[in-house]
Amino acid sequence: MGLQYIGLKEINGPLIVIDKAKDVSFDEIAEIHLDDGTIRNGRVVEVSGDKVVLQVFEGTKGISLTNTRTRMMGIPMEMPLSKEILGRVFSGSGRPIDGLGEIYCEKSMDINGKPLNPVSRTYPRNYIRTGISSIDCLTTLIRGQKLPIFSGSGLSHDKLAVQIVRQAEIAEEKGEEFAVVFAAMGVKNDVADYFRRSFEESGVLSRVAMFLNLSNDPIIERILTPRCALTAAEYLAYEKNMHILVILTDMTSYAEALREFSSSKGEIPGRKGYPGYLYSDFASLYERAGVIEGSTGSVTQIPILTMPNDDITHPVPDLTGYITEGQIVLDRNLDQMGVYPPISILPSLSRLMKDGIGEGYTRADHTVVSNQLFASYARVQDARALASVIGEDELSETDKSYMRFGTMFEKYFITQGIYENRTIDQTLDLGWELLSLLPVSELDRVSEELLSEKYNPENAKKFK
Amino acid sequence: MQNSVYSVNGPVVKIKDTKDFAMLEMVYVGDKKLIGEVIGINDKFTTIQVYESTTGLKPGEPIIGSGSPMSATLGPGILSNIFDGIERPLRKLQESSGAFIAEGSVVSTLDEERQFDVTLKINTGDIVKGGDIYATCPETPLIEHKCMISPYLSGKIIWVAENGKYTINDKVAELETDDGTVIPLTLCQKWPIRQARPVKERLSINKLLVTGQRVIDTICPIAKGGTAAVPGGFGTGKTMTQHQLAKWCDADIIVYIGCGERGNEMTQVLEEFGELIDPKSGKHLTDRTVLIANTSNMPVAAREASIYTGITLAEYYRDMGYHIAIMADSTSRWAEALREISGRLEEMPAEEGFPAYLPSRLSEFYERAGYMKTLNDNEGSVTIIGAVSPQGSDFSEPVTQNTKRFVRCFLALDKSLAYSRHYPAINWITSYSEYIDDLKDFYAENVGIEFLEYRQKINNILVEENNLMEIVKLIGSDVLPDDQKLTIEIARVIRLGFLQQNAYHKDDTYVPLEKQFKMMETILLLQKEAKNAISKNIAISTIAETGLFEKVIKIKYNISNDNLSAFDELNSEIKNTIFSLYRA
Repeated sequence: MGLQYIGLKEINGPLIVIDKAKDVSFDEIAEIHLDDGTIRNGRVVEVSGDKVVLQVFEGTKGISLTNTRTRMMGIPMEMPLSKEILGRVFSGSGRPIDGLGEIYCEKSMDINGKPLNPVSRTYPRNYIRTGISSIDCLTTLIRGQKLPIFSGSGLSHDKLAVQIVRQAEIAEEKGEEFAVVFAAMGVKNDVADYFRRSFEESGVLSRVAMFLNLSNDPIIERILTPRCALTAAEYLAYEKNMHILVILTDMTSYAEALREFSSSKGEIPGRKGYPGYLYSDFASLYERAGVIEGSTGSVTQIPILTMPNDDITHPVPDLTGYITEGQIVLDRNLDQMGVYPPISILPSLSRLMKDGIGEGYTRADHTVVSNQLFASYARVQDARALASVIGEDELSETDKSYMRFGTMFEKYFITQGIYENRTIDQTLDLGWELLSLLPVSELDRVSEELLSEKYNPENAKKFK
Repeated sequence: MQNSVYSVNGPVVKIKDTKDFAMLEMVYVGDKKLIGEVIGINDKFTTIQVYESTTGLKPGEPIIGSGSPMSATLGPGILSNIFDGIERPLRKLQESSGAFIAEGSVVSTLDEERQFDVTLKINTGDIVKGGDIYATCPETPLIEHKCMISPYLSGKIIWVAENGKYTINDKVAELETDDGTVIPLTLCQKWPIRQARPVKERLSINKLLVTGQRVIDTICPIAKGGTAAVPGGFGTGKTMTQHQLAKWCDADIIVYIGCGERGNEMTQVLEEFGELIDPKSGKHLTDRTVLIANTSNMPVAAREASIYTGITLAEYYRDMGYHIAIMADSTSRWAEALREISGRLEEMPAEEGFPAYLPSRLSEFYERAGYMKTLNDNEGSVTIIGAVSPQGSDFSEPVTQNTKRFVRCFLALDKSLAYSRHYPAINWITSYSEYIDDLKDFYAENVGIEFLEYRQKINNILVEENNLMEIVKLIGSDVLPDDQKLTIEIARVIRLGFLQQNAYHKDDTYVPLEKQFKMMETILLLQKEAKNAISKNIAISTIAETGLFEKVIKIKYNISNDNLSAFDELNSEIKNTIFSLYRA
């Protein structure tokens, strides 16, 4: 039983200061008992002599200098875990909020995790088929990868995430267990409800652990939410050998919570007021994806973030892009043209796909098709820019065929129904058929043998 | 009196009222003995940055000084190893603490059990000075390790062991200094990481670091002992470029510093380098590589130190007379670590929150590169190739701008090239190298006297194309006269056939200088012949129909690296085909 400290010295935003404390360690957690009988939780963020600075997860509303008793717990923040967490709903700080009682705990783990030794990692190679052509063919998702969705307010990232969860199928070894950990940070009530309903409809709810911190919940709890979720994911993956897909939405709200917290601590801000350690902080979350030696499980992350003002150079998408292994960028123009999923192909990228596709994983010609589609679609942008100046009629025959290819590519390849689940063969064959719209001399990334096998303008006639 | 922790704020720990510590002294913090370094002292507080997570640290826990600055252990066993930012071997850490790195893990840097086949190079009674080689042993099948007298030590050898098998801590000789102190010599020594190792003199830079990457070797060459920066936004292929250089450049030893980058990338380096065979020696690439991995989720203070650890290891091998290339991926993460620590110290920030001493730290780092005459009269070099990750792909940010001032080769990676999957996405217009003039004689002796002339011609075509593209963007290419269309067509051949290089193609991943030279020759021949034909009123479309342009684009795949005589056939084919056009 630890000491209890009566009263406080100072309150500032979510931070409280206790004086004359003894034997308090950095990062340990505390319970703050209010006189009205409620209990709040806090964590030590600084110790200096006998002065302790605590952050209060639930906020400092109603706390005065005299109405509290603070009890130090002597341990860093831990989360109780067992396989039962699947199918349950938790608050942002990892407490069950679905009224089904506490978790019968098999193991408690520090939510901050520990850095993974690079030597112990296994390089991720197996792909996850999502059934979405633009992802499977062009930005293939690999087991153990962190592949964020860069979106904007009002775009269909939620729908896309749900479709990925519903259709995600781990290649080869069927029968391995697959589960989803879903962390909502600062999302609207409706959005959280949309996810819950969608998981229920597609019958995956019993395989989902949800961590909800809604937009009106305290911001300190928001900083803990992804950590709790990833701790649960690591436990399931590395101790229970399951394949875990973690969806973190929305990272922008998380970063804003961090900014708010940092400024109330009086730290020196970096770019756009975000703390200088935003990169390291993001890394401590994103790097918790991977595959480790000696375990058959994996943690795959799909963080979703909304780019403020659709600006990809904003610190949040920018720093995320530097840590994650690629990105899927959604585009407002495509969305307005009714293309779903509105994935902007050119800035999207999957860094790990080169080693997880081709012979033995997807299909031998995958690399060639995806490279050629990328290169040709990049040419489409040049042709369009030119057409907007000199008019489409004035274009050369080659440029005209690019214009046509571009339209058809968006209409038949990128666009697909929210319940449409394409196999990898369907996707790649569709890619070849679309490439056949172009003159054969334009396909400079394809070898002669493949051309004679796959290139056939007859196949392209059906695109209208 | 025992010193103890007064305050903890993330990685910054303070001690109150002590005068026991020196600046940059290495200390052990707390009951877990976390490794830290003294970074600030005043009469009230001594400030320490801790290289590990401080979770659970309490005021009152003891702090013990080590009496020496943060040092690297130098000796045989460094090569083919993988270390964290403060030179702890990661494989050993895995054995001792599992897949996740625990705090306070103390393991010895080098393998203390491994026995090396040592040959002694000195005799009793020899007078030796700093830098002299007293013993050698084969460290890997590729590299012979030479043990040198520590730079500031000199004296007389009073005892020498027999040749034979020794571990790194065994005494192999004894040295008596001028004041009579007897110092045992083992196979290893320590050196403070923030201090450059001394050399006899700095030599001029005039040798090319051959990388086998056409756009680098030809357009923006890097010299041995030089410095280069590779800036680029995310997804432009910085890491890929660094990997290609690490695999193929003709340095003897590669020090690869993964500083604040992705864990999976380090795993990839480990796996790939383990499988790859060095084309020159036929041995494994890992035999000449040291990896320093301080990934982005490992403690930030150790990230700051990793750069210095890396360059200290490089300088040590340079002193033996080897040529070293350092890949630092990425220096921006290191600068961010400086910013983070500076913020915790509540220093006054300069631009974008970076500390005001950022430029001086960057220059200190890059100036440790160079082509040197070592203390033992060998020649060795350290080449630094640093990746820069500018925020928002904006090259005007402080790290890129300051780096630009201290490097002489700037390989700017371009987002739009990367989007169209043109790799390596090095923009030939905005990149530059100041080494061209220094390397003039090298090219003339090793490749051909015309090399730089060809290079200039290729460059001119690319610049001209860049200007023409402004017009094409406005009115389309159809209205251009045929000779300008030819420039655009030849530039396309250069871009696709020469600048673009496929890292996954067995021949194209590394291209010897001779082939690069021949490729330029053939492209320029095609230009000359086609120009000639156009002056004889042959339409460019007619020339294009011969398929010669496409054929020249594919030479990078169709002519293998060891069959350069095929170029002669192709050249005469070009001449004959075009000649037949206007003769008909």
